[in-house]
Amino acid sequence: MNIMMLLEMTSATFPDRTAFTDGSSGRSYTYSQLFEAAATRAGSMAASGARRVGMLDVSSLATPLTLFASAWAGVPYAPLNYRLTDPEIEALLERIKPAYLVTSDEREPAMSVHKDVITSATTHFLTDAQHSARITGEWSMDPEEIAVLLFTSGTTGAPKAAVLRHKHLVSYILSSVEFASADEAEAALVCVPPYHIAGIAAILSSVYSGRHVVQLPNFTAETWIDLARKHEITTAFVVPTMLARVVDALEGQKTAGMPHLASLSYGGGKMPLSIIERAMRLFPDTDFTNAYGLTETSSTIAVLGPDDHRAAAGSDSDSIRQRLVSVGKALPGVEIEIRDDEGMLVAAGERGEIYVRGEQVSGEYEGRGSVTNSEGWFPTRDAGRMDEEGYLFLEGRADDVIVRGGENISPGEIEDVLLDHAAVRDAAVVGIPDEQWGEGIAAAVVFKPGQSAPIEELQTWIKDRMRSSRVPQVIRICDELPYNETGKLLRRVVKQTF
Amino acid sequence: MAELKTGARLKSAVCDGEVMIVLAPAGDLEVTCGGAAMVAAGSAVEKGQVDPDHAVGIRIGKRYVNEDGTLEVLCVKNGDGGVAVNGVPLLQKDTKKLPKTD
Repeated sequence: MNIMMLLEMTSATFPDRTAFTDGSSGRSYTYSQLFEAAATRAGSMAASGARRVGMLDVSSLATPLTLFASAWAGVPYAPLNYRLTDPEIEALLERIKPAYLVTSDEREPAMSVHKDVITSATTHFLTDAQHSARITGEWSMDPEEIAVLLFTSGTTGAPKAAVLRHKHLVSYILSSVEFASADEAEAALVCVPPYHIAGIAAILSSVYSGRHVVQLPNFTAETWIDLARKHEITTAFVVPTMLARVVDALEGQKTAGMPHLASLSYGGGKMPLSIIERAMRLFPDTDFTNAYGLTETSSTIAVLGPDDHRAAAGSDSDSIRQRLVSVGKALPGVEIEIRDDEGMLVAAGERGEIYVRGEQVSGEYEGRGSVTNSEGWFPTRDAGRMDEEGYLFLEGRADDVIVRGGENISPGEIEDVLLDHAAVRDAAVVGIPDEQWGEGIAAAVVFKPGQSAPIEELQTWIKDRMRSSRVPQVIRICDELPYNETGKLLRRVVKQTF
Repeated sequence: MAELKTGARLKSAVCDGEVMIVLAPAGDLEVTCGGAAMVAAGSAVEKGQVDPDHAVGIRIGKRYVNEDGTLEVLCVKNGDGGVAVNGVPLLQKDTKKLPKTD
Protein backbone atom coordinates (compact mmCIF):
# COMPACT_ATOMS: atom_id res chain seq x y z
CA MET A 1 0.00 0.00 0.00
CA ASN A 2 1.50 3.30 -1.05
CA ILE A 3 -0.02 6.59 -2.20
CA MET A 4 2.32 6.42 -5.24
CA MET A 5 0.20 3.53 -6.47
CA LEU A 6 -2.76 5.94 -6.81
CA LEU A 7 -0.74 8.15 -9.16
CA GLU A 8 0.62 5.14 -11.05
CA MET A 9 -2.90 3.87 -11.74
CA THR A 10 -4.17 7.20 -13.06
CA SER A 11 -1.00 7.79 -15.04
CA ALA A 12 -1.49 4.42 -16.73
CA THR A 13 -5.16 5.14 -17.45
CA PHE A 14 -5.04 8.83 -18.44
CA PRO A 15 -1.38 9.52 -19.33
CA ASP A 16 -2.08 12.67 -21.35
CA ARG A 17 -4.76 14.18 -19.18
CA THR A 18 -3.82 17.43 -17.40
CA ALA A 19 -3.24 16.64 -13.74
CA PHE A 20 -2.23 19.94 -12.12
CA THR A 21 -2.14 23.56 -13.26
CA ASP A 22 -0.51 26.23 -11.16
CA GLY A 23 -3.10 29.01 -11.32
CA SER A 24 -0.50 31.74 -10.88
CA SER A 25 2.17 30.64 -13.37
CA GLY A 26 -0.14 28.74 -15.72
CA ARG A 27 2.31 25.80 -15.85
CA SER A 28 0.84 22.29 -16.00
CA TYR A 29 1.72 18.65 -15.57
CA THR A 30 -0.08 15.81 -17.29
CA TYR A 31 -0.49 12.63 -15.25
CA SER A 32 2.38 10.87 -17.00
CA GLN A 33 4.64 13.92 -16.67
CA LEU A 34 3.92 14.07 -12.95
CA PHE A 35 4.67 10.36 -12.61
CA GLU A 36 7.97 10.65 -14.51
CA ALA A 37 8.98 13.79 -12.60
CA ALA A 38 8.29 11.97 -9.31
CA ALA A 39 10.71 9.21 -10.33
CA THR A 40 13.67 11.57 -10.70
CA ARG A 41 12.83 13.73 -7.65
CA ALA A 42 12.52 10.52 -5.64
CA GLY A 43 16.03 9.71 -6.90
CA SER A 44 17.33 13.03 -5.57
CA MET A 45 15.57 12.56 -2.24
CA ALA A 46 16.82 9.01 -1.77
CA ALA A 47 20.38 10.05 -2.64
CA SER A 48 20.28 12.89 -0.11
CA GLY A 49 20.09 10.53 2.86
CA ALA A 50 17.31 12.65 4.35
CA ARG A 51 15.10 11.29 7.12
CA ARG A 52 12.23 13.65 6.20
CA VAL A 53 11.18 15.65 3.16
CA GLY A 54 10.14 19.17 4.14
CA MET A 55 8.05 21.57 2.07
CA LEU A 56 8.06 25.27 2.88
CA ASP A 57 6.30 27.18 0.15
CA VAL A 58 2.88 28.09 -1.19
CA SER A 59 1.09 25.63 -3.51
CA SER A 60 2.65 25.05 -6.90
CA LEU A 61 3.39 22.06 -9.13
CA ALA A 62 6.11 21.30 -6.58
CA THR A 63 3.43 20.41 -3.99
CA PRO A 64 2.03 17.19 -5.55
CA LEU A 65 5.47 16.40 -6.94
CA THR A 66 7.09 16.52 -3.49
CA LEU A 67 4.27 14.50 -1.93
CA PHE A 68 4.50 11.67 -4.45
CA ALA A 69 8.29 11.69 -4.83
CA SER A 70 8.78 11.41 -1.07
CA ALA A 71 6.36 8.46 -1.00
CA TRP A 72 8.33 6.78 -3.77
CA ALA A 73 11.61 7.43 -1.96
CA GLY A 74 10.14 6.07 1.28
CA VAL A 75 10.90 9.31 3.17
CA PRO A 76 7.99 10.85 5.16
CA TYR A 77 6.65 14.15 3.78
CA ALA A 78 6.47 16.97 6.32
CA PRO A 79 5.00 20.19 4.90
CA LEU A 80 5.60 23.24 7.11
CA ASN A 81 3.38 26.27 7.62
CA TYR A 82 5.04 29.13 5.75
CA ARG A 83 3.08 31.66 7.82
CA LEU A 84 4.93 30.78 11.01
CA THR A 85 7.62 33.08 12.39
CA ASP A 86 11.28 32.34 11.62
CA PRO A 87 12.00 30.96 15.12
CA GLU A 88 8.92 28.69 14.87
CA ILE A 89 10.04 27.40 11.47
CA GLU A 90 13.56 26.77 12.80
CA ALA A 91 12.15 24.80 15.70
CA LEU A 92 10.22 22.58 13.26
CA LEU A 93 13.28 22.17 11.02
CA GLU A 94 15.19 20.84 14.03
CA ARG A 95 12.53 18.16 14.38
CA ILE A 96 12.73 16.93 10.79
CA LYS A 97 16.52 16.93 10.36
CA PRO A 98 18.30 15.52 8.44
CA ALA A 99 15.90 16.83 5.82
CA TYR A 100 15.51 17.41 2.10
CA LEU A 101 13.69 20.74 2.01
CA VAL A 102 11.80 22.10 -0.97
CA THR A 103 11.36 25.81 -0.35
CA SER A 104 10.60 29.04 -2.21
CA ASP A 105 13.35 30.66 -4.26
CA GLU A 106 13.30 33.64 -1.85
CA ARG A 107 13.73 31.56 1.30
CA GLU A 108 16.21 29.03 -0.08
CA PRO A 109 19.46 30.97 0.62
CA ALA A 110 18.54 31.47 4.29
CA MET A 111 17.45 27.85 4.71
CA SER A 112 20.54 26.40 3.04
CA VAL A 113 22.78 27.49 5.92
CA HIS A 114 21.14 25.01 8.29
CA LYS A 115 23.21 21.98 9.08
CA ASP A 116 21.69 18.68 7.91
CA VAL A 117 19.19 20.45 5.65
CA ILE A 118 19.62 19.90 1.93
CA THR A 119 17.61 22.60 0.20
CA SER A 120 16.09 22.71 -3.24
CA ALA A 121 14.55 26.00 -4.37
CA THR A 122 11.15 25.46 -5.99
CA THR A 123 12.28 26.61 -9.47
CA HIS A 124 15.31 24.34 -9.23
CA PHE A 125 13.20 21.47 -7.92
CA LEU A 126 10.83 21.80 -10.88
CA THR A 127 13.65 21.80 -13.45
CA ASP A 128 14.00 18.30 -14.90
CA ALA A 129 17.66 18.75 -15.83
CA GLN A 130 18.52 19.16 -12.13
CA HIS A 131 17.36 15.62 -11.37
CA SER A 132 18.99 13.22 -13.78
CA ALA A 133 18.87 9.98 -11.85
CA ARG A 134 15.60 8.07 -11.64
CA ILE A 135 15.16 6.24 -8.37
CA THR A 136 16.14 2.61 -8.67
CA GLY A 137 13.51 0.18 -7.52
CA GLU A 138 9.83 0.33 -6.65
CA TRP A 139 8.20 2.10 -3.75
CA SER A 140 7.54 0.14 -0.59
CA MET A 141 4.13 -1.52 -0.30
CA ASP A 142 4.40 -1.78 3.50
CA PRO A 143 1.15 -0.21 4.71
CA GLU A 144 2.73 0.70 8.05
CA GLU A 145 5.27 3.10 6.58
CA ILE A 146 4.75 6.78 7.36
CA ALA A 147 3.51 8.82 4.41
CA VAL A 148 2.94 12.23 5.94
CA LEU A 149 3.75 14.12 9.12
CA LEU A 150 1.54 17.14 9.71
CA PHE A 151 2.27 19.62 12.45
CA THR A 152 -1.02 20.48 14.09
CA SER A 153 -1.74 24.02 15.19
CA GLY A 154 -1.58 23.23 18.89
CA THR A 155 -3.19 25.83 21.12
CA THR A 156 -0.62 25.27 23.87
CA GLY A 157 2.98 24.15 23.81
CA ALA A 158 4.94 22.88 20.83
CA PRO A 159 2.99 21.69 17.77
CA LYS A 160 2.36 17.94 17.67
CA ALA A 161 3.31 16.00 14.55
CA ALA A 162 0.34 13.87 13.48
CA VAL A 163 1.47 10.63 11.84
CA LEU A 164 -0.42 9.46 8.75
CA ARG A 165 0.70 6.11 7.41
CA HIS A 166 0.16 4.91 3.86
CA LYS A 167 -2.62 2.62 5.09
CA HIS A 168 -4.60 5.57 6.51
CA LEU A 169 -4.43 7.72 3.39
CA VAL A 170 -5.01 4.86 0.94
CA SER A 171 -7.97 3.60 3.01
CA TYR A 172 -9.49 7.06 2.97
CA ILE A 173 -9.16 7.34 -0.80
CA LEU A 174 -10.40 3.81 -1.56
CA SER A 175 -13.47 4.25 0.62
CA SER A 176 -14.42 7.72 -0.60
CA VAL A 177 -13.34 8.07 -4.25
CA GLU A 178 -14.17 5.97 -7.28
CA PHE A 179 -11.15 5.39 -9.49
CA ALA A 180 -11.03 7.35 -12.77
CA SER A 181 -14.55 8.65 -12.17
CA ALA A 182 -13.80 12.21 -13.27
CA ASP A 183 -14.75 13.38 -16.71
CA GLU A 184 -12.00 15.01 -18.76
CA ALA A 185 -13.73 18.39 -18.52
CA GLU A 186 -13.81 18.33 -14.73
CA ALA A 187 -11.52 20.71 -12.88
CA ALA A 188 -11.08 21.29 -9.15
CA LEU A 189 -9.96 24.61 -7.71
CA VAL A 190 -7.73 23.97 -4.70
CA CYS A 191 -6.91 26.93 -2.47
CA VAL A 192 -6.02 25.23 0.82
CA PRO A 193 -2.31 25.37 1.69
CA PRO A 194 0.02 22.35 1.29
CA TYR A 195 0.49 21.91 5.05
CA HIS A 196 -3.23 21.43 5.72
CA ILE A 197 -4.80 17.96 5.66
CA ALA A 198 -7.42 19.25 3.22
CA GLY A 199 -4.56 20.15 0.86
CA ILE A 200 -3.18 16.60 1.00
CA ALA A 201 -6.65 15.05 0.64
CA ALA A 202 -7.44 17.29 -2.34
CA ILE A 203 -4.33 16.07 -4.17
CA LEU A 204 -4.97 12.39 -3.48
CA SER A 205 -8.72 12.47 -4.21
CA SER A 206 -8.28 14.38 -7.44
CA VAL A 207 -5.45 12.15 -8.63
CA TYR A 208 -7.37 8.94 -7.95
CA SER A 209 -10.47 10.24 -9.70
CA GLY A 210 -8.37 11.54 -12.62
CA ARG A 211 -9.50 15.12 -12.13
CA HIS A 212 -7.59 18.20 -13.24
CA VAL A 213 -6.54 20.40 -10.30
CA VAL A 214 -6.08 24.15 -10.64
CA GLN A 215 -4.06 25.53 -7.74
CA LEU A 216 -4.65 28.94 -6.21
CA PRO A 217 -1.58 29.68 -4.05
CA ASN A 218 -2.73 32.84 -2.25
CA PHE A 219 -6.45 33.05 -1.70
CA THR A 220 -8.35 36.23 -2.37
CA ALA A 221 -12.04 36.20 -3.26
CA GLU A 222 -11.33 38.05 -6.51
CA THR A 223 -8.68 35.61 -7.79
CA TRP A 224 -10.81 32.65 -6.71
CA ILE A 225 -13.74 33.99 -8.74
CA ASP A 226 -11.48 34.81 -11.72
CA LEU A 227 -9.85 31.37 -11.78
CA ALA A 228 -13.18 29.59 -11.33
CA ARG A 229 -14.58 31.37 -14.38
CA LYS A 230 -11.41 31.17 -16.49
CA HIS A 231 -10.82 27.44 -15.98
CA GLU A 232 -14.53 26.57 -15.95
CA ILE A 233 -14.03 24.99 -12.53
CA THR A 234 -16.49 22.20 -11.79
CA THR A 235 -15.65 21.49 -8.15
CA ALA A 236 -13.99 23.36 -5.31
CA PHE A 237 -13.29 23.18 -1.60
CA VAL A 238 -13.26 26.26 0.64
CA VAL A 239 -13.09 26.97 4.35
CA PRO A 240 -15.96 29.04 5.81
CA THR A 241 -14.06 32.34 5.87
CA MET A 242 -13.21 31.91 2.18
CA LEU A 243 -16.85 31.28 1.29
CA ALA A 244 -17.88 34.32 3.34
CA ARG A 245 -15.43 36.46 1.34
CA VAL A 246 -16.56 35.03 -1.98
CA VAL A 247 -20.19 35.69 -1.05
CA ASP A 248 -19.31 39.25 0.01
CA ALA A 249 -17.42 39.85 -3.24
CA LEU A 250 -20.46 38.71 -5.24
CA GLU A 251 -22.79 40.97 -3.24
CA GLY A 252 -25.29 42.71 -5.46
CA GLN A 253 -25.00 40.11 -8.21
CA LYS A 254 -27.96 37.90 -8.83
CA THR A 255 -25.96 34.74 -9.40
CA ALA A 256 -22.29 33.90 -9.14
CA GLY A 257 -21.86 33.54 -12.89
CA MET A 258 -20.16 30.16 -12.60
CA PRO A 259 -22.45 27.80 -14.49
CA HIS A 260 -19.78 25.09 -14.59
CA LEU A 261 -19.44 24.86 -10.81
CA ALA A 262 -21.33 21.62 -10.16
CA SER A 263 -20.16 21.11 -6.61
CA LEU A 264 -18.77 23.23 -3.82
CA SER A 265 -17.66 21.64 -0.58
CA TYR A 266 -16.61 23.36 2.59
CA GLY A 267 -15.20 22.49 5.98
CA GLY A 268 -12.43 23.26 8.42
CA GLY A 269 -14.51 25.42 10.70
CA LYS A 270 -18.01 26.37 11.64
CA MET A 271 -20.14 27.71 8.78
CA PRO A 272 -22.59 30.44 9.84
CA LEU A 273 -26.17 29.73 8.67
CA SER A 274 -26.45 33.17 7.05
CA ILE A 275 -23.37 32.58 4.85
CA ILE A 276 -24.45 29.18 3.56
CA GLU A 277 -27.97 30.45 2.87
CA ARG A 278 -26.62 33.40 0.88
CA ALA A 279 -24.18 31.12 -0.95
CA MET A 280 -26.98 28.73 -1.94
CA ARG A 281 -28.92 31.64 -3.45
CA LEU A 282 -25.87 32.85 -5.39
CA PHE A 283 -25.06 29.33 -6.64
CA PRO A 284 -28.54 27.93 -7.26
CA ASP A 285 -27.39 25.03 -9.46
CA THR A 286 -24.37 24.04 -7.38
CA ASP A 287 -24.32 20.99 -5.11
CA PHE A 288 -23.14 21.97 -1.63
CA THR A 289 -21.38 19.50 0.63
CA ASN A 290 -20.16 20.13 4.15
CA ALA A 291 -17.19 17.96 5.07
CA TYR A 292 -16.00 17.44 8.62
CA GLY A 293 -12.65 15.90 9.35
CA LEU A 294 -9.42 16.22 11.25
CA THR A 295 -5.75 15.89 10.48
CA GLU A 296 -5.64 12.78 12.66
CA THR A 297 -8.43 11.13 10.66
CA SER A 298 -6.86 11.59 7.18
CA SER A 299 -9.42 14.30 6.40
CA THR A 300 -13.19 13.83 5.98
CA ILE A 301 -15.16 11.57 8.35
CA ALA A 302 -18.68 13.03 7.97
CA VAL A 303 -20.54 14.78 5.16
CA LEU A 304 -23.72 16.76 4.77
CA GLY A 305 -24.54 16.15 1.12
CA PRO A 306 -26.33 18.21 -1.55
CA ASP A 307 -29.74 16.61 -0.96
CA ASP A 308 -29.53 17.39 2.75
CA HIS A 309 -28.66 20.99 1.89
CA ARG A 310 -31.65 21.41 -0.42
CA ALA A 311 -34.09 19.70 1.95
CA ALA A 312 -32.92 21.87 4.85
CA ALA A 313 -32.91 25.13 2.89
CA GLY A 314 -36.42 24.52 1.54
CA SER A 315 -37.91 23.57 4.86
CA ASP A 316 -40.36 25.60 6.96
CA SER A 317 -39.35 23.67 10.05
CA ASP A 318 -36.66 25.38 12.10
CA SER A 319 -35.22 22.08 13.25
CA ILE A 320 -34.76 20.84 9.68
CA ARG A 321 -33.37 24.19 8.55
CA GLN A 322 -30.85 23.90 11.37
CA ARG A 323 -29.44 20.84 9.62
CA LEU A 324 -27.71 23.30 7.31
CA VAL A 325 -25.26 23.89 10.12
CA SER A 326 -24.80 20.18 10.76
CA VAL A 327 -21.79 18.34 9.38
CA GLY A 328 -24.01 15.47 8.28
CA LYS A 329 -23.49 11.76 8.73
CA ALA A 330 -20.47 9.49 9.07
CA LEU A 331 -18.81 8.27 5.85
CA PRO A 332 -19.07 4.55 5.06
CA GLY A 333 -16.37 2.73 6.98
CA VAL A 334 -16.31 5.40 9.68
CA GLU A 335 -18.08 5.14 13.05
CA ILE A 336 -18.85 8.20 15.17
CA GLU A 337 -20.04 8.31 18.78
CA ILE A 338 -20.68 11.03 21.34
CA ARG A 339 -19.41 10.31 24.85
CA ASP A 340 -19.40 12.12 28.18
CA ASP A 341 -16.40 12.97 30.39
CA GLU A 342 -16.33 9.41 31.72
CA GLY A 343 -16.24 7.98 28.21
CA MET A 344 -19.86 6.74 28.39
CA LEU A 345 -22.24 7.10 25.42
CA VAL A 346 -24.71 9.97 25.71
CA ALA A 347 -28.31 10.00 24.45
CA ALA A 348 -29.26 11.43 21.04
CA GLY A 349 -29.22 15.23 21.07
CA GLU A 350 -26.97 15.47 24.12
CA ARG A 351 -23.66 17.19 24.04
CA GLY A 352 -20.39 15.36 24.55
CA GLU A 353 -17.02 14.65 22.99
CA ILE A 354 -16.87 13.25 19.45
CA TYR A 355 -15.14 9.85 19.17
CA VAL A 356 -14.29 8.29 15.81
CA ARG A 357 -13.09 4.91 14.58
CA GLY A 358 -12.15 3.55 11.14
CA GLU A 359 -9.33 2.41 8.85
CA GLN A 360 -8.45 5.99 7.93
CA VAL A 361 -8.17 7.10 11.57
CA SER A 362 -4.58 7.45 12.77
CA GLY A 363 -4.81 9.26 16.10
CA GLU A 364 -1.06 8.95 16.38
CA TYR A 365 1.53 11.61 17.15
CA GLU A 366 5.25 11.34 16.56
CA GLY A 367 7.06 10.42 19.76
CA ARG A 368 3.82 9.90 21.67
CA GLY A 369 2.31 6.88 19.98
CA SER A 370 -1.39 6.42 19.37
CA VAL A 371 -4.00 8.06 21.55
CA THR A 372 -6.76 5.74 20.30
CA ASN A 373 -8.18 3.47 23.01
CA SER A 374 -8.00 -0.32 23.04
CA GLU A 375 -11.05 -0.58 20.78
CA GLY A 376 -9.59 1.83 18.23
CA TRP A 377 -11.68 4.89 19.15
CA PHE A 378 -9.99 8.27 18.74
CA PRO A 379 -11.17 11.06 21.07
CA THR A 380 -11.22 14.12 18.80
CA ARG A 381 -11.44 16.78 21.57
CA ASP A 382 -14.21 18.26 19.43
CA ALA A 383 -17.51 18.72 21.21
CA GLY A 384 -20.72 17.82 19.44
CA ARG A 385 -24.11 16.20 19.51
CA MET A 386 -25.88 13.77 17.20
CA ASP A 387 -29.61 13.82 16.53
CA GLU A 388 -31.88 10.76 16.28
CA GLU A 389 -31.16 10.40 12.57
CA GLY A 390 -27.39 10.46 12.94
CA TYR A 391 -26.78 14.07 11.91
CA LEU A 392 -23.72 15.39 13.69
CA PHE A 393 -23.52 18.96 15.00
CA LEU A 394 -20.23 20.50 16.09
CA GLU A 395 -20.10 22.57 19.24
CA GLY A 396 -16.54 23.79 19.35
CA ARG A 397 -13.60 22.20 21.09
CA ALA A 398 -14.25 20.12 24.19
CA ASP A 399 -11.77 22.43 25.94
CA ASP A 400 -13.85 25.51 25.09
CA VAL A 401 -16.62 24.56 27.49
CA ILE A 402 -17.36 27.32 29.98
CA VAL A 403 -17.99 26.02 33.49
CA ARG A 404 -20.16 28.61 35.22
CA GLY A 405 -21.15 27.74 38.76
CA GLY A 406 -20.76 24.02 37.99
CA GLU A 407 -22.87 24.24 34.85
CA ASN A 408 -21.27 23.29 31.52
CA ILE A 409 -22.02 25.87 28.86
CA SER A 410 -21.13 25.51 25.20
CA PRO A 411 -20.01 28.78 23.59
CA GLY A 412 -21.49 27.58 20.29
CA GLU A 413 -25.08 27.58 21.54
CA ILE A 414 -24.85 31.22 22.62
CA GLU A 415 -23.04 32.20 19.41
CA ASP A 416 -25.83 30.64 17.35
CA VAL A 417 -28.45 32.71 19.15
CA LEU A 418 -26.43 35.90 18.73
CA LEU A 419 -26.04 35.16 15.01
CA ASP A 420 -29.82 34.95 14.67
CA HIS A 421 -30.06 38.63 15.64
CA ALA A 422 -30.63 40.75 12.53
CA ALA A 423 -27.76 43.15 13.24
CA VAL A 424 -25.11 40.54 14.09
CA ARG A 425 -22.67 39.31 11.46
CA ASP A 426 -20.27 37.31 13.64
CA ALA A 427 -19.94 36.38 17.30
CA ALA A 428 -17.50 34.62 19.61
CA VAL A 429 -18.28 33.58 23.18
CA VAL A 430 -15.54 32.78 25.70
CA GLY A 431 -15.18 32.11 29.41
CA ILE A 432 -13.63 34.80 31.62
CA PRO A 433 -12.54 34.56 35.26
CA ASP A 434 -15.39 35.36 37.63
CA GLU A 435 -15.11 35.49 41.40
CA GLN A 436 -18.67 34.45 42.09
CA TRP A 437 -19.17 31.75 39.43
CA GLY A 438 -15.64 30.54 38.74
CA GLU A 439 -16.12 31.36 35.09
CA GLY A 440 -18.29 34.03 33.55
CA ILE A 441 -19.41 34.56 29.97
CA ALA A 442 -18.09 37.20 27.60
CA ALA A 443 -18.98 37.79 23.96
CA ALA A 444 -17.28 39.60 21.11
CA VAL A 445 -19.76 40.71 18.48
CA VAL A 446 -19.31 42.04 14.95
CA PHE A 447 -22.22 43.97 13.46
CA LYS A 448 -23.27 43.88 9.83
CA PRO A 449 -22.17 46.94 7.84
CA GLY A 450 -24.29 49.94 8.73
CA GLN A 451 -26.14 48.14 11.53
CA SER A 452 -25.90 48.01 15.28
CA ALA A 453 -27.88 47.27 18.44
CA PRO A 454 -27.50 48.31 22.08
CA ILE A 455 -25.66 45.78 24.25
CA GLU A 456 -28.68 45.49 26.57
CA GLU A 457 -30.79 44.49 23.59
CA LEU A 458 -28.38 41.65 22.75
CA GLN A 459 -28.42 40.48 26.38
CA THR A 460 -32.22 40.50 26.42
CA TRP A 461 -32.22 38.69 23.05
CA ILE A 462 -30.27 35.82 24.62
CA LYS A 463 -32.20 35.87 27.90
CA ASP A 464 -35.50 35.54 26.02
CA ARG A 465 -34.25 32.56 24.04
CA MET A 466 -32.04 30.76 26.54
CA ARG A 467 -31.63 30.54 30.28
CA SER A 468 -30.43 33.63 32.15
CA SER A 469 -27.21 31.76 33.02
CA ARG A 470 -26.32 32.00 29.30
CA VAL A 471 -26.41 35.80 29.15
CA PRO A 472 -22.92 37.25 28.63
CA GLN A 473 -22.02 39.64 31.43
CA VAL A 474 -19.69 41.48 29.05
CA ILE A 475 -20.30 42.08 25.35
CA ARG A 476 -17.65 43.85 23.34
CA ILE A 477 -18.27 45.20 19.86
CA CYS A 478 -15.37 44.75 17.44
CA ASP A 479 -14.64 45.19 13.71
CA GLU A 480 -13.79 41.56 13.07
CA LEU A 481 -12.94 38.33 14.85
CA PRO A 482 -9.55 36.68 14.63
CA TYR A 483 -9.44 33.59 12.40
CA ASN A 484 -6.47 31.60 11.21
CA GLU A 485 -6.04 31.22 7.46
CA THR A 486 -7.97 27.97 7.37
CA GLY A 487 -11.02 29.46 9.01
CA LYS A 488 -10.58 28.38 12.64
CA LEU A 489 -11.72 30.97 15.15
CA LEU A 490 -8.81 31.85 17.43
CA ARG A 491 -10.75 31.71 20.67
CA ARG A 492 -7.62 32.16 22.74
CA VAL A 493 -7.00 35.52 21.09
CA VAL A 494 -10.61 36.60 21.73
CA LYS A 495 -10.21 35.60 25.37
CA GLN A 496 -7.14 37.79 25.75
CA THR A 497 -9.16 40.87 24.79
CA PHE A 498 -11.31 40.62 27.91
CA MET B 1 -0.39 -21.14 -0.61
CA ALA B 2 0.72 -18.30 1.59
CA GLU B 3 -0.45 -15.88 4.24
CA LEU B 4 -1.82 -12.76 2.48
CA LYS B 5 -0.48 -9.45 3.72
CA THR B 6 -2.60 -6.30 3.56
CA GLY B 7 -1.04 -3.82 1.15
CA ALA B 8 0.94 -6.47 -0.71
CA ARG B 9 0.96 -6.34 -4.50
CA LEU B 10 0.58 -9.50 -6.58
CA LYS B 11 0.91 -10.03 -10.29
CA SER B 12 -0.58 -12.57 -12.61
CA ALA B 13 1.59 -15.32 -14.02
CA VAL B 14 -0.47 -15.47 -17.23
CA CYS B 15 -1.54 -11.90 -18.08
CA ASP B 16 -0.68 -8.25 -17.30
CA GLY B 17 -3.06 -8.13 -14.33
CA GLU B 18 -1.91 -6.91 -10.90
CA VAL B 19 -3.81 -6.56 -7.65
CA MET B 20 -3.24 -5.14 -4.19
CA ILE B 21 -4.54 -6.92 -1.11
CA VAL B 22 -6.93 -4.53 0.66
CA LEU B 23 -8.26 -6.94 3.24
CA ALA B 24 -7.36 -10.55 3.99
CA PRO B 25 -8.32 -13.12 6.60
CA ALA B 26 -5.68 -14.98 8.56
CA GLY B 27 -4.46 -18.32 7.24
CA ASP B 28 -2.89 -19.60 4.06
CA LEU B 29 -4.77 -18.90 0.86
CA GLU B 30 -4.06 -19.32 -2.82
CA VAL B 31 -4.83 -16.34 -5.02
CA THR B 32 -4.98 -17.12 -8.72
CA CYS B 33 -5.41 -15.00 -11.82
CA GLY B 34 -6.36 -16.59 -15.11
CA GLY B 35 -6.17 -19.94 -13.38
CA ALA B 36 -2.52 -19.66 -12.28
CA ALA B 37 -1.15 -18.74 -8.85
CA MET B 38 -0.32 -15.02 -8.57
CA VAL B 39 3.20 -14.08 -7.55
CA ALA B 40 4.73 -11.13 -5.71
CA ALA B 41 4.93 -8.09 -8.00
CA GLY B 42 8.46 -7.58 -9.22
CA SER B 43 9.40 -11.26 -9.15
CA ALA B 44 10.46 -12.94 -12.39
CA VAL B 45 7.90 -15.26 -13.91
CA GLU B 46 7.66 -17.27 -17.09
CA LYS B 47 4.37 -16.22 -18.65
CA GLY B 48 1.86 -18.99 -19.19
CA GLN B 49 -1.57 -19.01 -20.81
CA VAL B 50 -4.84 -17.69 -19.37
CA ASP B 51 -7.15 -20.61 -18.60
CA PRO B 52 -10.29 -19.99 -20.71
CA ASP B 53 -12.41 -20.93 -17.68
CA HIS B 54 -10.85 -18.07 -15.71
CA ALA B 55 -10.81 -15.35 -18.35
CA VAL B 56 -13.39 -12.80 -17.14
CA GLY B 57 -10.66 -10.18 -16.82
CA ILE B 58 -9.92 -7.62 -14.12
CA ARG B 59 -10.19 -3.85 -14.55
CA ILE B 60 -8.01 -1.20 -12.97
CA GLY B 61 -9.61 0.59 -10.04
CA LYS B 62 -12.23 -2.11 -9.50
CA ARG B 63 -12.37 -4.03 -6.25
CA TYR B 64 -13.06 -7.73 -6.00
CA VAL B 65 -14.34 -9.52 -2.92
CA ASN B 66 -15.16 -13.01 -1.74
CA GLU B 67 -18.70 -13.94 -0.78
CA ASP B 68 -18.45 -13.22 2.95
CA GLY B 69 -16.47 -10.00 2.46
CA THR B 70 -13.43 -11.16 4.42
CA LEU B 71 -11.14 -10.79 1.46
CA GLU B 72 -10.81 -7.85 -0.88
CA VAL B 73 -8.35 -6.95 -3.61
CA LEU B 74 -7.96 -3.82 -5.73
CA CYS B 75 -6.99 -4.22 -9.37
CA VAL B 76 -4.04 -1.92 -10.06
CA LYS B 77 -3.29 -3.15 -13.60
CA ASN B 78 -5.75 -4.47 -16.20
CA GLY B 79 -5.56 -8.16 -16.96
CA ASP B 80 -7.32 -10.79 -19.08
CA GLY B 81 -7.56 -13.35 -16.30
CA GLY B 82 -10.15 -13.47 -13.51
CA VAL B 83 -9.07 -13.53 -9.87
CA ALA B 84 -10.03 -16.44 -7.62
CA VAL B 85 -9.15 -17.48 -4.10
CA ASN B 86 -8.79 -21.18 -3.31
CA GLY B 87 -10.51 -21.82 -6.63
CA VAL B 88 -13.56 -19.61 -5.95
CA PRO B 89 -13.86 -16.60 -8.30
CA LEU B 90 -14.03 -13.19 -6.58
CA LEU B 91 -16.94 -10.87 -7.33
CA GLN B 92 -16.71 -7.25 -8.39
CA LYS B 93 -17.68 -4.95 -5.55
CA ASP B 94 -20.09 -2.10 -6.15
CA THR B 95 -18.95 1.24 -4.82
CA LYS B 96 -21.30 3.76 -3.38
CA LYS B 97 -21.19 7.15 -5.03
CA LEU B 98 -20.34 9.86 -2.53
CA PRO B 99 -20.50 13.64 -2.84
CA LYS B 100 -17.16 15.24 -3.61
CA THR B 101 -15.57 16.56 -0.46
CA ASP B 102 -12.05 17.58 -1.42
